[in-house]
Amino acid sequence: MKNKMTSMSKASRDNLWTILMLIIAFAVVQGFRMGGLVNSHMDGMLVPICVYATMAVSLNLVVGILGELSLGHAGFMCVGAFASAFFSKLFENSMGVFPRFLLAILIGGAVAGLFGFLIGIPVLRLNGDYLAIVTLAFGEIIKNLINVLYVGRDSNGLHFSIKDQASLGLAEDGEMIIAGPQGITGTPFNSNFVVGFLILLISTIVVLNLINSREGRAIMAIRDNRIAAGSVGIPITKYKMFAFTLSAVIAGCAGALYAHNLSSLIATPARFGYNMSILFLVFVVLGGIGSTRGAIIAAVILTLIPEVLRFMSDYRMLIYAIVLIVMMIVNWNPTSRAFIRAHIPGKLSGGKKAAGGGEEGR
Amino acid sequence: MKRMKQFASLAITAAMTVGMLSAAVSADDAFKIGAIGPLTGAAANYGTAVINGAQIAVDEINAAGGIGGVQIEYRGEDDELDNEKSINAYNTLKDWGMQILVGPTTSGCSIAVSEKTKADNMFQLTPSGSAKDCTNYDNVFRVCFSDPNQGRASARYIGEHGLAKKVGVIYDSSDVYSSGIFATFKEEAPNQGIEIAVEEAFTADNNVDFSSQLQKCADAGVELIFLPIYYTQAGTILQQAAMMGLQTKWFGCDGLDGMLDMDNFQKELAEGVMLLTPFAADAEDELTQNFVAAYKAAYNVTPNQFAADAYDAVYTIKAAIEKAGVTTDMSISDICEALKTAMTEIEVTGLTGTIVWTADGEPDKDPKAVVIEDGAYVSMQ
Amino acid sequence: MVSFLNYLINGLSLGSIYAIIAIGYTMVYGIAKMLNFAHGDVIMVGAYIAFSVITTAKLPPVLGVLAAVFGCMLIGICVEKIAYKPLRHAGSSLAVLITAIGVSYFLQNIALLVFSSNPKMFTPIIPMNMMTIQLGAFRIQTISLVSIAVSILLVLLLVLFINKTRPGQAMLACSQDRGAASLMGISVNGTISLTFAIGSAMAGIAGVLLCSAYPTLSPYTGAMPGIKAFVAAVFGGIGSIPGAMIGGLLLGVIEILGKTYISSQLSDAIVFAVLIVVLLVKPTGLMGRQVQEKV
Repeated sequence: MKNKMTSMSKASRDNLWTILMLIIAFAVVQGFRMGGLVNSHMDGMLVPICVYATMAVSLNLVVGILGELSLGHAGFMCVGAFASAFFSKLFENSMGVFPRFLLAILIGGAVAGLFGFLIGIPVLRLNGDYLAIVTLAFGEIIKNLINVLYVGRDSNGLHFSIKDQASLGLAEDGEMIIAGPQGITGTPFNSNFVVGFLILLISTIVVLNLINSREGRAIMAIRDNRIAAGSVGIPITKYKMFAFTLSAVIAGCAGALYAHNLSSLIATPARFGYNMSILFLVFVVLGGIGSTRGAIIAAVILTLIPEVLRFMSDYRMLIYAIVLIVMMIVNWNPTSRAFIRAHIPGKLSGGKKAAGGGEEGR
Repeated sequence: MKRMKQFASLAITAAMTVGMLSAAVSADDAFKIGAIGPLTGAAANYGTAVINGAQIAVDEINAAGGIGGVQIEYRGEDDELDNEKSINAYNTLKDWGMQILVGPTTSGCSIAVSEKTKADNMFQLTPSGSAKDCTNYDNVFRVCFSDPNQGRASARYIGEHGLAKKVGVIYDSSDVYSSGIFATFKEEAPNQGIEIAVEEAFTADNNVDFSSQLQKCADAGVELIFLPIYYTQAGTILQQAAMMGLQTKWFGCDGLDGMLDMDNFQKELAEGVMLLTPFAADAEDELTQNFVAAYKAAYNVTPNQFAADAYDAVYTIKAAIEKAGVTTDMSISDICEALKTAMTEIEVTGLTGTIVWTADGEPDKDPKAVVIEDGAYVSMQ
Repeated sequence: MVSFLNYLINGLSLGSIYAIIAIGYTMVYGIAKMLNFAHGDVIMVGAYIAFSVITTAKLPPVLGVLAAVFGCMLIGICVEKIAYKPLRHAGSSLAVLITAIGVSYFLQNIALLVFSSNPKMFTPIIPMNMMTIQLGAFRIQTISLVSIAVSILLVLLLVLFINKTRPGQAMLACSQDRGAASLMGISVNGTISLTFAIGSAMAGIAGVLLCSAYPTLSPYTGAMPGIKAFVAAVFGGIGSIPGAMIGGLLLGVIEILGKTYISSQLSDAIVFAVLIVVLLVKPTGLMGRQVQEKV
């Protein structure tokens, strides 16, 4: 019993440290910004970094905590981005900035959550790589559908088409809101670092709290052994759906943040296709599967590397690939792990479990 | 161990952050022009052409003594065909001290970046951002034709010259350029007595096999197939059509330029293809020949219209600077205001024709129709 | 009717190329238990090697094909040794998936630096005057027939190899229980290398066939066929070689027919929707093994 108590408090301490890390990082960056020490390049990347870190938190919930491989998370982000930008375009002139943006984020999260729920119904019946490929399929379907979606507005109301602009039959006063592959142009520019940070912070707190709750332990029990968890009466489907939907909601909020940071929202293959989903997976795995903190740090590092490498010009992405491979091997190879453990003495190398007992705890 | 790794990661992050803190921008006496385009990723060939084309122009101007005796400093950045990366590229260039932007290469990126140039009031001249929304702001001008413009011009050309009554269209429904041209082509076609019998799309994820699109055109018996797409896919389409034994006329826009110069392209495939393009790499005039020779010497490949647009963009900026009397010590915003006015007053004769601009950023130049005969462009009338 | 058969043949032709790629995916998955996301890019490298030999060096096409096969084999083995092997005991199969993605970026960017982004037109390995065969009202592309024949031949050879030879049996043993196999004196490392060699050699062949049928070659040529073939492998039941063959052919046919008869704008969505339905009805793919889960 006593042992259990200490491990509990250790987990809470660990969570506290994660949240503290976020707040300190935020304070430091804000300090630098106020001192005018941050150049435009770095400043422009702050919101994207928050977006990617939030996506890492979201995907970590599915991959690390729920233990299912999702290759379609960019699809949820895409849904959130388009839903929120669509809302913002509709009400751009009829609402104040603050309530509209807040609502847009909530709508992004809610619509993505709805998609997560609906997609979760069939997807979560599957296992392993088959589940992964079906999430990938849904992600690609979402992207494909958005690329043929045309929505316009005129004095008669909204017009929809999944063919082309001409078939909307817009009146003279009409304007396009979603123009197929051109996506949404002119989304109000509302995202900023503070909002981005708040979304990241709230997502992190929600996920960390979940992990330490009764539901969270049930979810992890399902991850570690589904059949055993079922035999002790844990409603597997319910908890799986819950985690999957929550993850989609967070991804949708990140999408809303993304959409309001750019005036041109396009569902390109590189942006909302499987490539991006895989990039989010890279964050989670590099961060140590199951560790929310690790995922956030990995997201920040991997977003910065290609930008920091801009001075390499032609060799930039090549070096990025090599760095990725080397980091993975150093981080995951049993020998290199043992080497680090043997050569870094003291408390630092005390093989501590990740929050939620990720891969190492298995 | 875990914590150690995280400390190490934090340290790396911190180090990288520090590396990105602002360095003082040195004010030396040179015009700083930046360019943006995809240098990696699926559209890398277009961005590379823009960055290199502008480089040729900059080198020429500098070798000839610069703009009114002032040299140009030039730098190109990669945006991977992504809006967000394009903003990163723009910010990088801004930190470097860019005063005038040539770019971005593609429409989506150009729209995203125009939001930033508007806020900074920086002069932006996109060589090839062709979507209508690219020039929404008054500080943005373009060199190429707009998509609606090309779609309409194509329909008119086909109609006025009686090339065909019954046409098929194969376009990229996931691409801004292609779907933009197609939308206005479709709008204008009925006015020209053209019936669009087949309209088939492909997407960026599905651009390998075109047999079913071509088969449909064949089954419908179209007289002409309109290809408002880029040359990369057009090469495959022509080859597949040849394999199927499909006999038809072909008509395309400036995106088809560059096809003849793909490595190992069998030129007989393109025999009889008509296209509206402002640039032809084998044109006889001295300007084009010098440019093509310089480009080939530097990059070992024949330039396409992207490179030509970028080349013209740099010379346009030179003309506008000279007209407005802009100097390097002016602020970015002042330069922008001066150039904005000058743009509507200048006339530039470049590789892509003689161009004048309207205040809303649109170039006014005549599209040239050419037909490919014996592997070379021949002007049509 | 004639058109329908034409569409069907085009679908089978595309599908047979997917099938050859999918077989490489599925073999590696069966033995090394990893999704080799770099497989598509090995195809692209194979096509570039063949292009360099046939077009740049003007050597006979046969040499080009051989060079592509051996070049890819070498790359496959090296990639496995350098990037995948250190993570074989990492505890999570996801770790090696991520390095595979790193390798994929690496191959694309190397190709970008070496061959530039300007697309190249691949010289078909079939002479121009033999490109099509006329059968009554039909006109069939020779390359379609070649692709289909090659894919069938490769499946037969592989099945024979696995069932009739000692290295083949070793591969089968490793795929079922790596630990037990090594206790029986089978070299697990050697077997995995062999698997990568064979899988990559198939990628080389696929690269030549792909670019002969669809001639535009760029550093990103392999990525999309790679992911489609991955879908095909799962479709058929990942780990099963006949499954990969059937999955590949079906995928090609669905893609072409969906494009033709439903919507060419939505062709990706159609393919993936069919995949989802199949997996919901048969959760381990068409020919996948049903694994009994135990506590």
